Amino acid sequence: MASALINVPGKAKRGEIIEIKTLMSHIMETGFRHTVTGEPIPRNIITSFSCHYNGVEIFRADLFPAIAANPFISFSTVATESGTFDFHWIGDRGFSESASASITVE
Amino acid sequence: MSESTDSTRRRFLAVAGSTAIISVAPIFTANPANATSESLAAAIREVVGGEVIHAGKVKLDVPPLVENGNTVPITISVANPMTDADYVKSIHVFNEKNPQPNVGNFYLGARAGRAQVSTRIRLADTQKIVAIARLSDGSLWSASADVVVTLAACTEEAS
Amino acid sequence: MSLRHAIVAMLLAAVATATLRLQASEIPHFERRSGFSFMTPETQAIQNDDTSNPGMLWTLDGEALWTSKAGAAGKSCADCHGDARVSMRGVATHYPDFDAAQRQPVNLEQRINLCRTGHQQASALAYESRELLALTAFIGRQSRGLPIKPNSDSNIEPFLAAGRALFLRRQGQLNLACANCHDDNWDRHLAGSAITQAHPTGYPLYRLEWQTLGSLQRRLRNCMVGTRAEPYDYGALELVELELYLMSRAAGMPIETPAVRP
Repeated sequence: MASALINVPGKAKRGEIIEIKTLMSHIMETGFRHTVTGEPIPRNIITSFSCHYNGVEIFRADLFPAIAANPFISFSTVATESGTFDFHWIGDRGFSESASASITVE
Repeated sequence: MSESTDSTRRRFLAVAGSTAIISVAPIFTANPANATSESLAAAIREVVGGEVIHAGKVKLDVPPLVENGNTVPITISVANPMTDADYVKSIHVFNEKNPQPNVGNFYLGARAGRAQVSTRIRLADTQKIVAIARLSDGSLWSASADVVVTLAACTEEAS
Repeated sequence: MSLRHAIVAMLLAAVATATLRLQASEIPHFERRSGFSFMTPETQAIQNDDTSNPGMLWTLDGEALWTSKAGAAGKSCADCHGDARVSMRGVATHYPDFDAAQRQPVNLEQRINLCRTGHQQASALAYESRELLALTAFIGRQSRGLPIKPNSDSNIEPFLAAGRALFLRRQGQLNLACANCHDDNWDRHLAGSAITQAHPTGYPLYRLEWQTLGSLQRRLRNCMVGTRAEPYDYGALELVELELYLMSRAAGMPIETPAVRP
């Protein structure tokens, strides 16, 4: 099942600033809700997101329960060389998902 | 399922729309009766230490009146050249009235090209959001915005 | 005429006038607006960008399900229907549609389940399950931009009339008919929320209040709970009739699936 949507331009000029958009499927249960009978619903969130560009970390984020469900994170980087962006999400209950996208830089 | 957050936290408001207020006053004043709540101040202290935080350079784009507190789009940008000599190291976002004061920490660096991050957050009530940026020279800069959150008219019972 | 008869006659006249007033306030064709137009620019932006629209996550799932084999027959949707981009194009514009075997209209979710149980020999997918939402979103997505088609099958007329009657009928502890808000008071506000015209142009859609994708029937049941009426069960004929009427009321408006709404 698809869990993530990534938007990275397929091509860019060297030195160009590109915008990267990511969307990950996740309930982001805050841990502050209760069932109708008053039982607390335990926290279940993504806690960390990172992006590596040809192996070098270019962006990282700590996420808290205040981040909305199906977290959307958008950031930018300078296109320096052709290669691969690797995205990684980790969270509660051993949550770990990865995705990647490639770029041609001319 | 609707959020079963305490209904007294949310307020009905007749006012539709006001302009977003970008604070230009220093974040920490000597007056403890300020809108900044204790846990918000403590969370900020924990992330940035006891250092001075300057107002400015940071822009917080958030709708002044949100459609639904579950998903509020925000964009934080910092006026900065983003060169190897002068760049934004990190951006930290806090809220005032959610059960927990942190929203997110975003770590950039010179390679970012542009100091701008967008995401979507949850706001439990009408409140202030604060964004603090740490630059490569160690200095701290901030902005805040007041956001009005209204209750959805027809919510589902837990079905 | 006795006093009682006179009162009854006056009440009947009042009801008749009220009904006429409801009919007179049906939204004129040129004034129809999608729920999209009532949203803030920020929320519109979430819908407009496919990589920021959370509904697309389900659409991608649906695309994967389309080619997965299922059931005792070991067939996938694609085995019969081929490329959904071709075969499913325009399908969502004319659902609910009359099913001859069932002798009543069925919505898209029910059609999918009829295919699963009938042709794939697989179990039906539960209403609001991730799989059924994913498939409905994927199929709906193939009609994005296409206008909703008015249904010309004469078999469907009695059900359409029933759906219209449901739309106009006051119900629940709040004694509200759908028309009271959505025909008579659209563009006003209920608490902080804009009252839309209730056109089903984008279902299944990502509702910010739900923080997930949901069907039109979920939304209708939501509204019924809002009027403090007992909601019909998922799949009930009344809900399909309502869907049918809502689609005919929105005929000509473009499909937006998967939409985003507050």
